[in-house]
Amino acid sequence: MAGAEQPLSAGAAAQVAVPGLARVWPSLLVLSVLSVLTLLLALSIGSVHVPLSGLLALFGSNADPLHQTLVIELRLPRALAAFGTGGLLAVAGALMQVLLRNPLADPYVLGLSGGAAVGALGAMLLGLGALAVSGSAFVGALVSTVLVFGLAHGTGSWTPTRLLLTGVVVAAGWGAVITFMLVIGPTERLPGMLYWLMGDLAYARSPWPALSMLALACLVLAPLGRSLNVLARGPLQAATLGVAVRPLEWTVFLAASLLTSVAVITAGTIGFVGLVVPHMLRLVFGADQRLILPASALAGGSLLVLADIGARTLMAPEQLPVGVITALLGVPTFLYLLYRSR
Amino acid sequence: MSTLRARHLVIDIPDRGDGTPLDLDIAPGEVWGVLGPNGAGKTTLLHTLAGLRPPRRGEVLLDDRPLSGLRRRTIARQIAVVFQERQDGFPATVLETALIGRHPFLSALQMETAEDVDLARRSLAEMELEGYEARAVSTLSGGERQRLAVATALAQQPRIWLADEPSNHLDLRHQVAVMRLLRDQAVRGCSVFLCLHDINLAARWCDRILLLYPDGAACWGDTGRMLVPSALEQLYGQKLIATQLDGAPVFVPSVADTRAAAAVPGAGNPSQPHDG
Repeated sequence: MAGAEQPLSAGAAAQVAVPGLARVWPSLLVLSVLSVLTLLLALSIGSVHVPLSGLLALFGSNADPLHQTLVIELRLPRALAAFGTGGLLAVAGALMQVLLRNPLADPYVLGLSGGAAVGALGAMLLGLGALAVSGSAFVGALVSTVLVFGLAHGTGSWTPTRLLLTGVVVAAGWGAVITFMLVIGPTERLPGMLYWLMGDLAYARSPWPALSMLALACLVLAPLGRSLNVLARGPLQAATLGVAVRPLEWTVFLAASLLTSVAVITAGTIGFVGLVVPHMLRLVFGADQRLILPASALAGGSLLVLADIGARTLMAPEQLPVGVITALLGVPTFLYLLYRSR
Repeated sequence: MSTLRARHLVIDIPDRGDGTPLDLDIAPGEVWGVLGPNGAGKTTLLHTLAGLRPPRRGEVLLDDRPLSGLRRRTIARQIAVVFQERQDGFPATVLETALIGRHPFLSALQMETAEDVDLARRSLAEMELEGYEARAVSTLSGGERQRLAVATALAQQPRIWLADEPSNHLDLRHQVAVMRLLRDQAVRGCSVFLCLHDINLAARWCDRILLLYPDGAACWGDTGRMLVPSALEQLYGQKLIATQLDGAPVFVPSVADTRAAAAVPGAGNPSQPHDG
């Protein structure tokens, strides 16, 4: 009714004024295209170069059998595992940052990955099956979450210093336990030391647990986006705006622990993806979680695929653990964020 | 129209006696002001009335239904809270922040509609923040953040306002603007409940006054009856000078002899911990 009198049409104004909202689908589309491109790149690059144009031909009947084995049986599962793991870690990081209202939160830095690794290793040493290993890793991550958040909370609120100190000390403790377990354990039955301390996709087996968990997380978290935006304003404010704060916080705790543990089982403890990716995305897209969470899944996946290409090729024929590459990106980012938060 | 009622309400402040149980009817059209010295429990009372912390005894009723039995979302559609302390949130723009006032009215997957954006915009304009929409909240001054908090609550279109020191950090012009807005909300049928430091704002804008003493004692009633120098001197432990200006009583602290002020009987902070 007021349309004729108002100088600005409300609809048009909404497009301009709410950055992030109108851009959700286009942004996700661009990130999806980038994801596919990085995956194709991962299939193409390596000890034997397979040109992008040749990738499609591999599925034909008269393809080079060596290339076929190389790409479909070796590179494709590894690239998909990298994508799933990176996406899980980035989403876990983004969730923890909202919960703590602190951009420094990351599953590796705060010891969740270490807890999951200890849980998985412990179950493996006991000779338990895959399901028990996964469950045990989840419990390890959850113990770490509760430990860090509980201790860092103390009487007051989560100050960055207190939180980080607690997380770093807990992570160091887990590192020691991992080393101990690997020393006493039958090493021939376990993936190597670097896998558990630095993360390495060379040992990744099936990519499907990580990928399906990532898809599930995106589906479950989609309806929570706006509530998470409100929670990011602080728990009191969120409660007065109708958010059931405790249940939401626990959902986020559980989700972050679950995602981290699946990532750790897939590729060991890879650091800093959860720190770098959400930070970069917030710089570009703003802080709306409805965009940041799915974007983290895509961009985190792509980043780890790229990092793994680097890990495979930079020192070829030697392979680096991918955690080295992510640490090279993550440590400066972390220090910059810490410096800026003063 | 919604009424917020406190029934035999005792707020939970550790190591303090029960004091006076509160029986308040915060009715549509009324502006309530709570006065009391630091630490008297004004903020705790406000949070208890908002259902953010449980009372020690008694209950809070929203339209005759106990607040403790209502979902937060149901409460959020009626009650807006303006906090005194703003927690450091995640980075967000001014418009995004005002828009979260619409959260209780949107379903999980629903995006904000054009009307929501329009409402948030008008709320910002009401607080003279229309040019600030794209600014990051972290770049705002204390007073601008305070106005943003009021605008966010306004976008929530509440029936009941609970505001903790809404005039905090504000310059005189915006103090008047915020108090006028709250008064105006009451005229439109809202119930308004304010914690205030400034007796003169209370005298000017409030219909009813609740005096909250550090030991938990309390008394309440019409503004004209409550705001008398003797009661206020006892409340703050401070000698006051009272006069009339522009049709409203004005109180200023007397600094003639601070020792005499401290000797006002029963005044100030008793500083004796009571048996819980």
